[in-house]
Amino acid sequence: MNTREVLIMAASGLLLAGLACLPLADEGFWLTLGISLAGYVAMSTAWALFSGPTSYVSLATAAFFGTGAYVVVNLGETAPWPVVLVVAAVCGALLALLAGMATLRLTGVHFVIFTFGLAELIRQLVTWYQTNIGGAVGQYVFVDISSAQIYWQLLALCGLVFLAGWAINRSRLGLALRVIGDDETVAAHSGINTARVKLLLFCISGAFIAVVGAVLAPRWTYIEPSIAFNSMISFQVVIMALLGGSRRLWGPLVGVIPFTVLYELISGHFPNHTHLLLGTAFLLIVYFLPQGVAGRIEQLRLRRTHRETHAARSPATLGETAR
Amino acid sequence: MSNHLLLSIAGLTKVFGGLVAVNQISFDIQAGEVVGLLGPNGSGKTTLMNLISGALRPTQGSVTLEGRRLTGLPPHRIAATGVARTFQLVRVLPSLSALENVMVGAVFGPDQVSPGAARAVARSVLERVGLGGREHLHPAEMTYIDQKRIELARALAADPRILLLDEWLAGLNPTELQTGIELIRSLQAEGRTVLMVEHVMDAIRSLCDRCVVMSAGSKLAEGTPAEVLANPDVIRAYLGDDHA
Amino acid sequence: MLFLILFTSLLLGGAYALMAMGLTLQYGVARIMNLSIGETLVGAAFAAFWLQTQAQVGPLWGLLVITPAAFVLNWLIYRHLLTPLVRRAKNRGMLEVDSILATFGLLFILQGVMLALFGGNYYSYSYFSEPVELFGHTFALNRIVAFAVAAAVALALYLGLNRTRTGTAVRAVSVDPVAAGLVAIDVARTSALAFAIGGALTACGGALLSMFLTFNASMGVVFTTKALIIVIMGGVGDPRGAVIAALLLALAETTVATLVDPGLTLAATYGLFVLILLFRPQGIMGRRTA
Repeated sequence: MNTREVLIMAASGLLLAGLACLPLADEGFWLTLGISLAGYVAMSTAWALFSGPTSYVSLATAAFFGTGAYVVVNLGETAPWPVVLVVAAVCGALLALLAGMATLRLTGVHFVIFTFGLAELIRQLVTWYQTNIGGAVGQYVFVDISSAQIYWQLLALCGLVFLAGWAINRSRLGLALRVIGDDETVAAHSGINTARVKLLLFCISGAFIAVVGAVLAPRWTYIEPSIAFNSMISFQVVIMALLGGSRRLWGPLVGVIPFTVLYELISGHFPNHTHLLLGTAFLLIVYFLPQGVAGRIEQLRLRRTHRETHAARSPATLGETAR
Repeated sequence: MSNHLLLSIAGLTKVFGGLVAVNQISFDIQAGEVVGLLGPNGSGKTTLMNLISGALRPTQGSVTLEGRRLTGLPPHRIAATGVARTFQLVRVLPSLSALENVMVGAVFGPDQVSPGAARAVARSVLERVGLGGREHLHPAEMTYIDQKRIELARALAADPRILLLDEWLAGLNPTELQTGIELIRSLQAEGRTVLMVEHVMDAIRSLCDRCVVMSAGSKLAEGTPAEVLANPDVIRAYLGDDHA
Repeated sequence: MLFLILFTSLLLGGAYALMAMGLTLQYGVARIMNLSIGETLVGAAFAAFWLQTQAQVGPLWGLLVITPAAFVLNWLIYRHLLTPLVRRAKNRGMLEVDSILATFGLLFILQGVMLALFGGNYYSYSYFSEPVELFGHTFALNRIVAFAVAAAVALALYLGLNRTRTGTAVRAVSVDPVAAGLVAIDVARTSALAFAIGGALTACGGALLSMFLTFNASMGVVFTTKALIIVIMGGVGDPRGAVIAALLLALAETTVATLVDPGLTLAATYGLFVLILLFRPQGIMGRRTA
């Protein structure tokens, strides 16, 4: 770790500690907004861990999220809370493993299509199970957790996702992912087991998202399949991550804040127009911000340093030509 | 030159639909040899390279590296046994710097070098191919030959048992070509084993210990460059009947 | 029972086939993975509903309005919204990601407009709903009429693709856009045409489905999933594959709905999809690419 990284770590730690004080100031509107922001930051950053470098657009977020929520429905009252969260992570990873094994050795399109309907498939299966075998569709969740505790857990989870992303970027795994994102053929011929790397990352990403679902589940008190497996979550997460920029660890964070605030505002005042917002956001990203805000900032910075280095270097270049 | 059998290709065949792209090819490569793979366009040279590196699965036949059967293994497993390659159309990784491009070869190659140590390896290999001091440039900022150098450096960083070069010298101007030939000659001098697909006759004459000539998927001739280039069948395959 | 299942799936498969042929043209020829195809279908169903209930024009006559309108609309979408993406894409992978995201945008905008116009309720109307006795079983006449029209349209498409100059151009672009350009085919125009025909076919399928299915504004995604799975099953770019796969899918759905539970139709679809992914990822009629 160099000095810069130590500084960033320390600053992030302080920032997290500062944010953790929010419930002391307000227990109402701001805490609710804080919970929703923290949840989406964790999910979209986890999404981008896999989808950013590989460009495989995953729409399985709602499936992972719902899986986590249903772990709480089934275990929340009997098992200790940390165990519940671990089980949620394992279930999320398992689901990612199954979906990934069927699709990840094929093209990105196969993958998108498979994840497109995955949440809906699981919703149908759970509904079917509950109506035919499990008794009733929809269940109450009785877990004794306050909003502030949920908020703290989500903040901690955000920290964990960022740490994981940072560790991955420094490791062989991170390098492998970047190579896969650039050129899968080169990756395979350089000795990278591309299918295994993608699968592993997809599992990590799925596990984190499932834990978010589990942590948020007690807020509903009543859960039915159409709430837990709401495919809108998948699309929102994609938009936030891409809006911010999915190729940088901090990118999704930049996208989550404006989009969540805008979404809350619009769904509060014009509940029928959230679809139009989502649609416009997608078009905006594709046509005006293909690399996201983070990518745009980077581009501008690169252009500037480029101009500077060129100005500095031109005499040397001339010398080289003369030789 | 240590004379032991390194790579052995036996009865290798690839059929696409009704087209036999590679037909019953057999030859051996000894350790330390530079072998040229020649033939007119469309004779199946690149397909053969793809069969060796695992990009394609053969329909029939086998590839063996020091007694270990590579046939049917996925490309990453073949790379792990020490087969490294460059591509006919240069393939560098655009979002990685030159140094990172080359590190990839060392980190995921047969030796599985740690990222930290791979940096040092990459630096020395870049120096070797003539890119010293330009480690931090991105491929987009480099010329065609420099991109080809990166690709070669990436393959070399894996410290491969055998290096497959697919028209690595194609598209270079005369000066660059001389530099390129020198570079490959230096690989030869340090005892590397190379299988190269090539059209540049100067390069073949001055570099190859031995050549295999393919035509329409089959092996037409095998021998020293002088032998095969004088072979009437080879002349006919390249230039047509009138010149034979 | 077996006969009933087979015949019901055949009738349902007709409309599915139109939608899947539409998507296979859009993806296989114009290279656009259109994830808003379900909304095109549902939009056409609403148009047919509106024409029948408000303008007293039956859906069969309505097709003469809906199909050309969808053609023009999809032409405009391709020309103005998607062509810039085709131009800037450096490779096929980039275009795929871009077109997926852009058509997500379309999906939500179309859905938003339909929700604003019709709300979230389910709609249906009655048209040719008298029962018909066929081989000892009773079927609704509208299903049979819808199937007959779908079959006629599919046949017309097949002849158009295989017997006309333009059709040959479309098939050429599907195989290799670069090579097609070299033999003086206007690839941009042919792609736009294929995309527009694809949209028109889908709309046609939607209007036909509306004769016997209830629908609502947010149902498009379900149809998109089905269309996508059918296209992958059939082999991208091959309309014959799309027809076979559509019938297979309808058969799987009907079988599960009749014998097991109507709530598990999507599971049946996915089951079929997974089998294809594991054993024949290039699709039933697809060529295995190297």
